[in-house]
Amino acid sequence: MKEKNPIEESLRAGAGGGNAAAAAKRFALRAEDEGLVDVAYATLDTPVGELVLATTRNGLVRLALSGEEVDKVLAELAKDVSPRILELPARLDGARRELDEYFAGRRTRFEMSLDWRLVPAPFMKKVLKATARVPYGSTTTYGDVAVEAGSPRAYRAAGSALGSNPIPIVVPCHRVLRRGGEIGNYGGGPEMKRFLLELEGAID
Amino acid sequence: MAAPPFQSFLDDHREPVLGFLRAMVGPVDADDCFQETFVAAMRGYARLNGDNPRAWVLTIARRKAIDHHRAAKRRPQPSDAIPEPAHGSPGGAPPGAGGGDPELWRAVRELPPKQRAAVALRYVTDLRYRDVARALDCSEEAARRSAHEGLKSLREAGAGDEGRTEWKDGQ
Repeated sequence: MKEKNPIEESLRAGAGGGNAAAAAKRFALRAEDEGLVDVAYATLDTPVGELVLATTRNGLVRLALSGEEVDKVLAELAKDVSPRILELPARLDGARRELDEYFAGRRTRFEMSLDWRLVPAPFMKKVLKATARVPYGSTTTYGDVAVEAGSPRAYRAAGSALGSNPIPIVVPCHRVLRRGGEIGNYGGGPEMKRFLLELEGAID
Repeated sequence: MAAPPFQSFLDDHREPVLGFLRAMVGPVDADDCFQETFVAAMRGYARLNGDNPRAWVLTIARRKAIDHHRAAKRRPQPSDAIPEPAHGSPGGAPPGAGGGDPELWRAVRELPPKQRAAVALRYVTDLRYRDVARALDCSEEAARRSAHEGLKSLREAGAGDEGRTEWKDGQ
């Protein structure tokens, strides 16, 4: 039998005190100062929805489009990079500013440094680096990207490499179309791809 | 399975850790201990084997509270004698360990360390005795005994009764 005990209840009621959210924010800054944060992330509101940006000490390692579940993205980063992940918007100020400018039509190339560690396969990396050289406002094809990556016949593999691009928008896989100009697939959906191409003036 | 992102670990445990520390060292110093606790947890995060993260982080918090007491003893008086905010201070946050009766929390902090930790872990952070024992690094029976002794002392000190009406006002 349980008897009511006012002391126990008062103790339990006490647990809600203090501002844990504020303490946690202060902790995040402290952890950053002490060099404990392997991956910092932040969100960014854009015309194509909320993006999640994640950076290591080397540079932007992941950009998740609005269709992706944040928890899943972070869990994958924990597994593939490091679980020492904290939300630290300040670490992403530069990347967020560049993206803001891009969406405002005021930036045609990104200058932030990138971390390619989520692209371990050499061919994939070649494909994505070739894609990163496709200029703003222009388009190319899967076949041409395969040629650029040094494997002209591997256009299908090039397509799948682009499909697993961990840093879309910044590595502009949206500029790669099917032969004949068909829009093709996109992680964020074909509408998002069309939107980005229109923003850049690559299509009408 | 890989450890979850530290951010979700922090989100999951920040409330009970702060609640526990406020009971252990008081509201003023709890924040420092909170920072120390999560810095240590992040440093040692690879060692978290996943089976009970809450007991693990509260074990660290308990150690930080003990360190804090040792440091406070070494410190000259004034820094340790910062008064708690007065009860019912206008516009301020509720006093005490958590918007509760300051008498009760003062009595909690006067308990012997092990009883205090057992009471805080069992009631403030609502841990099961099995996990209280883990965080205290003792047997479940010893944990149970410490918590009961602690409660008994609190009852004898009349901590629960005198402040009760005020505590209700403070809610």
